[in-house]
Amino acid sequence: MAIFVDKETKLLVQGITGREGQFHTRQCIEYGTHVVAGVTPGKGGQNMDKVPVFNSVQEAAEETGADCSMIFVPPAFAASAIMEAIDSDMDVIIAITEGIPVLDMMKIKNYLQGKKSRLIGPNCPGIITPGQCKIGIMPGVIHKPGGPIGVVSRSGTLTYEVVHQLTMKGIGQTTCLGIGGDPVTGTNFIDCLKAFEEDEETRGVVLVGEIGGTAEEEAAAYIKEKVSKPVVGFIAGLSAPPGRRMGHAGAIVSGSSGTAQSKIEVMKEAGIHVCDHLGRFGDYCAEVFNF
Amino acid sequence: MKIHEYQAKQLFRNHHIPVPEGDVAQNPEEACALAERLGGFPVVVKAQIHAGGRGKGGGVKIARDLDEVQSMTEAILGSPLVTPQTGPQGKKVRKVLVEQGLDIDQELYFSIIPDRSTAQIMIIASRAGGMDIEEVAATDPDKIIRVLINPLTGIDSSHCKNVVTGLNIPDSLTAEFSTLVENLYGLFVESDCSLLEINPLVITKQESLIALDAKIDIDDNALFRQKDILKFRDTDEEDPLEVEASKFNLNYINLDGNVGNMVNGAGLAMATMDLIKNAGAEPANFLDVGGGADEEMVENGFRIILEDENVKGILINIFGGILRCDVLAEGVVTAARKTGIKVPVVIRMQGTNVEKGREILAASGLNLITAADLNDAAGKIAAIVGK
Repeated sequence: MAIFVDKETKLLVQGITGREGQFHTRQCIEYGTHVVAGVTPGKGGQNMDKVPVFNSVQEAAEETGADCSMIFVPPAFAASAIMEAIDSDMDVIIAITEGIPVLDMMKIKNYLQGKKSRLIGPNCPGIITPGQCKIGIMPGVIHKPGGPIGVVSRSGTLTYEVVHQLTMKGIGQTTCLGIGGDPVTGTNFIDCLKAFEEDEETRGVVLVGEIGGTAEEEAAAYIKEKVSKPVVGFIAGLSAPPGRRMGHAGAIVSGSSGTAQSKIEVMKEAGIHVCDHLGRFGDYCAEVFNF
Repeated sequence: MKIHEYQAKQLFRNHHIPVPEGDVAQNPEEACALAERLGGFPVVVKAQIHAGGRGKGGGVKIARDLDEVQSMTEAILGSPLVTPQTGPQGKKVRKVLVEQGLDIDQELYFSIIPDRSTAQIMIIASRAGGMDIEEVAATDPDKIIRVLINPLTGIDSSHCKNVVTGLNIPDSLTAEFSTLVENLYGLFVESDCSLLEINPLVITKQESLIALDAKIDIDDNALFRQKDILKFRDTDEEDPLEVEASKFNLNYINLDGNVGNMVNGAGLAMATMDLIKNAGAEPANFLDVGGGADEEMVENGFRIILEDENVKGILINIFGGILRCDVLAEGVVTAARKTGIKVPVVIRMQGTNVEKGREILAASGLNLITAADLNDAAGKIAAIVGK
């Protein structure tokens, strides 16, 4: 079991012929992901390695049965690429692209209402169900298949750090995903918590947040009400100055809202096991997830 | 990206949003010439810096005659302006905005922001103009009106009506006010604003609506399609090291501590700063070299960290994924040789090709301190700068 993607997932890659698209498509194939198609307008009929390239998502889906799209399209064209994937009824869309304007993302988020697709990202490392499929830019080798822990995060390399520490402690993962570091993202913490709660193999959840916005506070309220499985949390940015964007477009303390301290307090109050020291994250999880 | 008040007012004029008569001046002579052209007193002289709280710091003055325009402009341009947002050292003022004074009847608050949790555009307005909106939210939340607009369908008359009714705008001004709200919304979306704030928006005794102040921030991600606004960038308002870093696409923020640090990925970079602080030291910067960093980026990152005189030691924390540890190690060694690192460097690497990376560092003959894990790294760098 896993959430959102598994070994049956048939992936197409939008922007497959670009430098990053090529590199990461090869990495995904090497990991065992079924990459059935690529899309680059104007390059239909070509191949990227053995992967057939199409002009449109619709055409690629009809020809290959692809049900999931990974997007490497540059920011200026990313919004219309995502819209195209939504209009072609992709089950899951993973937007890796960093730097999409907030206004475009707000429009997409509203456009998704009532549509079939789930959007993960943008500005995210993607999603991996260890041992089954990897859709994104994360290093596959640090993961340990078989569960029982689900990992959800707003970050990239910080997620790798956390996953690596879990694996070093012998704690495997069901699915790990980054929801993205932008102010507006397709999938939020709550969507993932709900899926992990319903997934039988997942017995505990790791939630990695950071400063800015109220996603962690909303997640905490949801966990208190609806999540029976133990949750370990971590928040980055305790030492971040207010009013500055810390790399991620969404990581900013505005006025007095969005601070790490207030998030940690709300999370603890909701019964989340908040780890206050990244260096001891693996040990901390081993104690909490003592199944 | 932040822009100045006079630039925001230029955008206002382009979108038919009324602002006071006036223009920007770079010296007292220009300021006096402008005041004369306005043809009446009082006039207002306003310091143009990005930091807020200008009024509180003495950066906004009312002049009753030309002599006062002269002396007030001299005073504002002559010494750094200290506001609650500039820090104690203050900020040098290079320009003033000279504007006509108004007979104010009412002061309102008006802003537009993207609302993250609903993914809608939110208008926030209040009858308590001139005050800090966070303060009003804390003490008098009922005084604040919030109207959400779906960016796909845009603004319509019902949104405007909600704002007009909520603010209790006099009947004689409702049509004009609705148009103003629509124009402000239009400006917000056309210019990819991440904040548009007017505090105060005034109703004069002559019953005109005028944006007395104007604050606009632009979404950095949208600058590629806002070329005209990009010309408004004022690097004098930015930290010189941050300006330098931006030339190399490095995500760098200068801070007050003495532990320089270089990390790949924003989340891990923040967490590394937290670790440094946790170990009893203070980070000198935030620096995310990104997932696809190459040797040149590592070198430039190093150089910029070292230009900060407060730096007494450097911590490098890399989780090798796409950026392999051996590539990082090569970059560090090259950078160290080229720039001549004068302070101790602690390196923690994990992930792809970590063994190879460690070999490269060891074989370099440079004084690079390797850390076994995060705790070891933070402990070592804190001990070094604590000496």
